[in-house]
Amino acid sequence: MSHAPQPLGAPAVRREGRAKVTGTARYAAERGLPGCLYAWVVPATVPAGRVTAVRTVDALAQPGVHSVLTHDNAPRLHEPDDPILAVLQDDRVPHRGWPVALVVADSLASARAGAEALHITYETTEHDVVLTEDHAGLYTPEEANGGYPAVRERGDFDRAFAESPVRVDVTYTLEPLHNHPMEPHASTARWSPEGHLTVYDSSQGATKVRDSLAAAFGIGTDKVTAVSEHVGGGFGSKGTPRPQAVLAAMAALHTGRPVELALARRQMPALVGHRAPTVQRVRLGAGPDGTLTSVAQEIITHTSTIKEFVEQAAVPARVMYGSPHSRTTHRVAALNVPSPSWMRAPGEAPGMYALESAMDELAAELSLDPVELRLRNDPADEPDSGKPFSSRGLAACLREGAERFGWQDRDPAPGIRREGALLLGTGVASATYPVYASPGHASAHAAPDGTYRIAINATDIGTGARTVLAQIAADVLGAPLDDVAIDIGDSDLPDASLAGGSSGTASWGWAVHKAASGLAERLAAHTGPLPDAGVTVTADTTEETAEKSPYARHAFGAHFAEVAVDTRTGEVRMRRMLGVFAAGRILNSRTGRSQFIGGMTMGIGMALTEGSTLDPVFGDFVESDLASYHVPVCADVAAIEAHWIDEDDPHLNPMGSKGIGEIGIVGAAAAVGNAFRHATGVRLRTLPLTPDRVLTHLA
Amino acid sequence: MDPTSTWEGGAGEPQAPGDLPSATLTLHINGTEHTLTLDHRTTLLDALRHHLDLTGAKKGCDHGQCGACTVLVDGRRANSCLLLAVSQEGSRITTVEGLADGDRLHPLQEAFLERDAFQCGYCTPGQLCSAAGVLAEADYGHPSHVTPHDAPVGVPARLGPEEIRERMSGNLCRCGAYPRIVEAVEDVAS
Repeated sequence: MSHAPQPLGAPAVRREGRAKVTGTARYAAERGLPGCLYAWVVPATVPAGRVTAVRTVDALAQPGVHSVLTHDNAPRLHEPDDPILAVLQDDRVPHRGWPVALVVADSLASARAGAEALHITYETTEHDVVLTEDHAGLYTPEEANGGYPAVRERGDFDRAFAESPVRVDVTYTLEPLHNHPMEPHASTARWSPEGHLTVYDSSQGATKVRDSLAAAFGIGTDKVTAVSEHVGGGFGSKGTPRPQAVLAAMAALHTGRPVELALARRQMPALVGHRAPTVQRVRLGAGPDGTLTSVAQEIITHTSTIKEFVEQAAVPARVMYGSPHSRTTHRVAALNVPSPSWMRAPGEAPGMYALESAMDELAAELSLDPVELRLRNDPADEPDSGKPFSSRGLAACLREGAERFGWQDRDPAPGIRREGALLLGTGVASATYPVYASPGHASAHAAPDGTYRIAINATDIGTGARTVLAQIAADVLGAPLDDVAIDIGDSDLPDASLAGGSSGTASWGWAVHKAASGLAERLAAHTGPLPDAGVTVTADTTEETAEKSPYARHAFGAHFAEVAVDTRTGEVRMRRMLGVFAAGRILNSRTGRSQFIGGMTMGIGMALTEGSTLDPVFGDFVESDLASYHVPVCADVAAIEAHWIDEDDPHLNPMGSKGIGEIGIVGAAAAVGNAFRHATGVRLRTLPLTPDRVLTHLA
Repeated sequence: MDPTSTWEGGAGEPQAPGDLPSATLTLHINGTEHTLTLDHRTTLLDALRHHLDLTGAKKGCDHGQCGACTVLVDGRRANSCLLLAVSQEGSRITTVEGLADGDRLHPLQEAFLERDAFQCGYCTPGQLCSAAGVLAEADYGHPSHVTPHDAPVGVPARLGPEEIRERMSGNLCRCGAYPRIVEAVEDVAS
C-alpha cells in the first residue's frame, strides 16, 4: 500500500487478508482456551410434543463425558429476547431438531458418543409442516419482517385489473432455502471466577450478542464480553444470537470450564433459521403500450409455533413500478417447523423472483422487449409512499447492462436457438434493495507519532468492513491508509449495530466518519505536539440516523443472464451473467465487486441448484447437509461480471453510500428463469430448475 | 477431570483418557514431528485443531462435502475430516500454515490476496491447499472430467479456466469468490 492518501473508493486490499490466507485468523471455535471442553447438541427426533424422560446414566458412563445438560438441570434463564434462545428450559418440542440435551465432554468424539448413548422418550402430538394455499391456519399478521405493514392497498385494484386490456395472473412457488455459511455457528464460552462471561461467537453483531446473553442470564451488560473477530459468513443466519451461544454459556456455567460448541452442518437448518417457502400470486394489468394499471402481489408463507417471522416478499412491489392501483398482502401459517429467519435479502430475493418473472410474462403477452417494458414503468416517485426517490438508477442500470450484454441483438422468439442438443436463451430482471442505517458509536484516536486508531464494534463477516471503515477514516483525516489502525469485532469496543440489512458500512461508516471528523477538527485547533496520551474523540449517531428522510431511498440494479439447457439431460447451465448496480458511492471497488458477484452467485444457486423440502411425516428438512443441499460450486459459475454506475446521492449519509451486500441476489434468479423460458419456450413457476423438473417439459 | 493444572498446550483437549482405545503416534506436519497419544476416533482434522492448535484447516461439514478441511497428504489433496489421525503415522502432511516459506507467502497466497479471491476466509485454507494440489496434479498430467479425451497422457496438463473450475469444485465457497479463485490459480499456473 502506498503512503499517499488514497481516494475513497480505491481498491484497498483486505486488512485481515494475510491472516486469512496463512490460516492464522481465529474464528469462534478456534480460541485454544486451556481446559476447554467440547459440547454436542442433541436434537429432538419428533416433530411436536414433549420430552417425557432423559436417561443419562449410559451417556455419563462414556469415557470422557463430563456432563449432560437437559431441561431438568440446565441453568434457568430469564426470558430471552428471542424464543429460539429459550433452550433446555422446559420439556416442550416445538419442532424436530429442537435441542433437548447437550453433552459436554473432554473431546468431541466423547461428546458425540455420549449423545449416542442418551435415551430420550417423547410424548408426540399431531404435527403439520406442509404449507398449502388453502391452509386453515393462514392469517394476516400485523406486519411482515422489517416492520412493514402486511397489507397495502392503493386505488381500486380489482376494478382496474378487470378492465385492463392485457393481464397476467400467475402463481410462483418457492421452497425453503438455507443460508449455509461456510463456518457453522459456533461459540466458545467461559466464565471468570468473578462472574464475567466471555463468548467468542460466530455472529454478525457482537453488541447484540452481549445484550441478549446478559438478558438471558440476568446479568448486566458490563458482565458480558462478546467477541466476533473473524466470522465465516452469515448471510443473515448469524444476525442475532443463535442457540449455540446460549448453550455454550450454559455449559460453561454448569461445568466451570470453558466450553466450545460448534453446530454440526446437519443441525444448522433446524437451529439457525431458513428462508421460508412462499406461494406468490402476482397479477399485472397493463394497457396495450405496456403501461401498468394495476399490480398485485399476494404472499403465503409459514412461520414456526414459537415466533412469528413473515418473509416480506410483497414489499418490493411497493417500490418497483408505477401503477395507480395496487394490492400487496402477506398471510402466514404457524406450523411445526423450525423458525424461519433472515437469509440474504429477505423479502426482496423471493419477492423479486416472482415480480420480475411476471414482468417477463407480461412482456411476452405484449410482444414488448422486457427491458423496454421496465423502462416504460419506471416511476418518478415511490409508488407506495408517494415520496420522491433520493436517486433511482434502475433505467441507467438496464440501459448500461443491455449495452454491455449485447441485448440489442436479441431475437425475442423462444425456443429457437440450438447448439447441438442445447437450447440457448437470455433473460433480464431488475433488482432493488432499501437503504437502511442504524445508530452507532465510534472513537477516533490520534497518537503523538502521527498515527490513528479507530474503534467500533463492527463485524466483518467477509464484507471487508475493517478495510472500508479504515478507508473512510483515512479519507476524513487526510491520512495514508497505513497510518490508520482499526479495532472491530469485540463488544468492549464502542457499541454498534449488526451486519444486516446491507446497512453495515452506512451505519458504522457514519459513526466512524463523525468521530474522525471531530478528531480532525480537534487536531486542526491544536497547536504544538500532542500530549503523550494522544487525543481521542467519540461519536454517537443516534440523532442523525433517526432523522426521517423526505425521500424514498433504495439501491437498484439489473441482471442479464444467458443459459444453455441440455435437452437430453434437462441440465441448465449458466453461460454468462452480468449485473449493473446503482448503489450510491462504491467505497472500495475491490471488495464491493466481490460482494455483488457473491450475491449474484447465490442467486444462481437459488435459480438452479438450491432447494429444501420438509418431510411431511418426519417434519424435518430433507436436504439438511451440503451433499443434498447444493450450493453452487466453482464449475457452476463461468463468466460473471458486476458493474456499477456512479451515483451522487446527497440524501444518504456522509459517505454517499447505499448497501451492497444483498442486492446482488435480488432478481438474479428471475433473470435466470427468464433466460430459461427464452431458451425453451417453457415457463416454470418454481425453483430450482433442476433436471428432474426441466426434463419433463422438453419434447 | 481438571486438566488445567497439567495441560499447557493450545486448545483444550487433554491426553486421551486411559480407558479409551488410544495410540501413541508421530505425525509429520509442515516439516515438524509431533508425537501424540490420541483416542482412535480422532480425525486428522480434530487432531490438528484440538491437539496441535493448528486451526488453519477448517471444519465446514465434517463429512467430506465442503472441502474446507483440505490438506496435502504426501503432496495429494485430502479431506482431513475423513481421515483418522492414527492412520496417518508416517505421512507428510501440509496444512495452510505450512504453505508459506517463513514470511514469504506461497505464490497462491499472494495471488489470492491480489485477486480478492475470498471474503469471509473460512473456505480459504482449504481452497489454497486444494489449489496447491491441483498444480501438482496438473504437473503429473492427471486428467480431469473436462480434459479432452485425446489429450496426451503423462505430460503436464494445461490449466485454463475450465480445468481450474472443474478441479476446484470440491471446495465450496458460499461468499461466491469462485471467479477470483480461478483467476488466482491461473495466475500461478501460467
